Amino acid sequence: MSRITNTLILVAGIIVMSTQIMTAAANAKEDLSDVTINGAGASFPYPIYSKWAYKYHKLTGMKLNYQSIGSGGGIAQIKAKTVDFGASDKPLKSKELNKYGLLQFPMVMGGVVPVVNFYGINPGDIKLSNEMLAEIFLGEITMWNDDKIAQLNPDVNLPKLEITVVHRSDGSGTTWIFTNYLSKVSSNWKDKVGNAKKVSWPIGIGAKGNEGVANYVKRVEGSIGYVEYAYAMQNKLAYVVLKNQAGVFVEPNMDTFKSAAANAQWDKAQGYYLVLTNQPGDNSWPITGASFILLYKNQADEKKIQAMLKYFNWCYIYGADMAQKLDYVPMPENVVKMIDKTWSKDIKVNGKPVLPAE
Amino acid sequence: MKKNKTECSSLSFSDTIFKSISIISVCLTFIIVTGIFVQLVWNSRESIEKFGFSFLFTQQWNPVTSVFGAASSIYGTLATTVIAMAIAVPLSILVALFLSELAHPLISKFVGICIELLAAIPSIIYGMWGLFVFAPVMSKTLQPFLQKNFGFLKIFNGHKIGIGVLTAGIILAVMVLPFITSVVCDVFKMVPNVLKESAYGMGSTTWEVTHKVTIRYGLSSIVGACFLGLGRALGETMAVTFVIGNRHKISASLFDAGNTIASTLANEFAEASEPLYLSSLIELGLVLFVLTFIMQVLAQFWLAKMKKSFGGGL
Repeated sequence: MSRITNTLILVAGIIVMSTQIMTAAANAKEDLSDVTINGAGASFPYPIYSKWAYKYHKLTGMKLNYQSIGSGGGIAQIKAKTVDFGASDKPLKSKELNKYGLLQFPMVMGGVVPVVNFYGINPGDIKLSNEMLAEIFLGEITMWNDDKIAQLNPDVNLPKLEITVVHRSDGSGTTWIFTNYLSKVSSNWKDKVGNAKKVSWPIGIGAKGNEGVANYVKRVEGSIGYVEYAYAMQNKLAYVVLKNQAGVFVEPNMDTFKSAAANAQWDKAQGYYLVLTNQPGDNSWPITGASFILLYKNQADEKKIQAMLKYFNWCYIYGADMAQKLDYVPMPENVVKMIDKTWSKDIKVNGKPVLPAE
Repeated sequence: MKKNKTECSSLSFSDTIFKSISIISVCLTFIIVTGIFVQLVWNSRESIEKFGFSFLFTQQWNPVTSVFGAASSIYGTLATTVIAMAIAVPLSILVALFLSELAHPLISKFVGICIELLAAIPSIIYGMWGLFVFAPVMSKTLQPFLQKNFGFLKIFNGHKIGIGVLTAGIILAVMVLPFITSVVCDVFKMVPNVLKESAYGMGSTTWEVTHKVTIRYGLSSIVGACFLGLGRALGETMAVTFVIGNRHKISASLFDAGNTIASTLANEFAEASEPLYLSSLIELGLVLFVLTFIMQVLAQFWLAKMKKSFGGGL
């Protein structure tokens, strides 16, 4: 019985997908060379946003400028109405969205991974529990050969070396996701430091940008930092195996990110306010996050908003492969359908919906 | 006679234009400076009201609880500047003396160009060089050496990671060096030969001529050159951000990470969304503005005093 339902769902999915692809393909032929869209915000999804914009420009001629100025900057710019859309790794609460008449939806997901560096360590060698990660970043565990770490890693040759914590010096969405996770797993962290794009770090040195943290970790023997997954891969840094909510040790990779994303209940999140850290599921990577797009519900220029929505739709469908190649997790199909519905319900020009109701 | 008069009037006409353009330029400079000051004060009013003078003495910088204090940034700015000047000033005077007095003209010209090239390198390159090349060298050679021999001093006792206040100070010294050297070199070249020759004629050694004639003659300009370098060191942003470690804490050891006003601004301005956070950052800018202003006033004051007591030619 369940197999039949599954097949039915699959068939339905394929039909929906193919109609979407057909409309998207038809759209792609349209000439949009007189449309220019400006966006600004998070640096975390910048690599994929710029790739999408480049491909779409080649297809349709539409120009899209995305400035990677940081999530806070993105929120400020969209509020000041200097850009057509803002992007943020930190979701806004629906109260704030309503105050400004903004609409928010997730665009792409990714993982944040702790990375370490000491002599002889390889990716995935070292295991850390949630509490231990928090204690290291709080400065309570100071040596790599600490008993707690040694107990969990009997096979690893732990050096008698001081731990140097490396964190972001600039305000950042990556920090927001990371400190959100630490606040969830450690009440001590929640009380002493908290969850923000920039926090008052108890210890450690600060580096600018994901690439800065990656460089510091590479440079300093005995260091531990946190970076967006792609930076850990590109720099061949030794990532840490973490314990997730289900109590299972998992490696960071596309599968574990996807598992965390699949267990996320977007339909229950008001205004798509959902944080993907510490999600349930045996195979879920605990520090996963989504990057969000912010748009005004009431738009002035019909052609522009239509072009923009078509573009986002194209990114969801055609951009998925490109996203995976750059180590991002594309939004699942059911979430895309939900977002489609939200668009047709909420986005209006002069009070009229821009997209036909489904 | 008549012709002469028109010439005169046209001359006075061009003079008037020149004079008014100069006055406008001066006014513009003045307006811009006051405008910046007023803007800084106005936009930081929220933080000034909330924290008052304690802003200057609080070390804590916590965006989560919205408590901001500038003490660590002010300390870092002053510490890196002092290190930079302590290294750069004697070094550049020596280099300038060598180039203008001792070296073969060909060598002097070649080395002079090299030093001026140093001034043309963008600061971000210094920052990257500092992080990738200099920081590892620091952690493997200079820091162990200092700790071994001078470890009894707290300032040289710490975690040897190559990133911190000392590294930032040394990088700044390299950046400031060409500015001071090229000005001082020009000053030394302007010392009249008659003066030097008469000193030599009286049997002075090269060292005596250098220190009693050349340096004294150009002293006020040398001090001026140093303040030029000081201004650059105080406000340098990118290079410092790369190597200082960006930590809001005053630490006794120069090996430890710290921050400066400029590096804090570079790091945090883009993401500061709450009004109090933003206003505290702007107040930090105001502190830097005032700090630079005080330095300039002190420099002028000192120069005037020195001119009186030493004489000096330039």
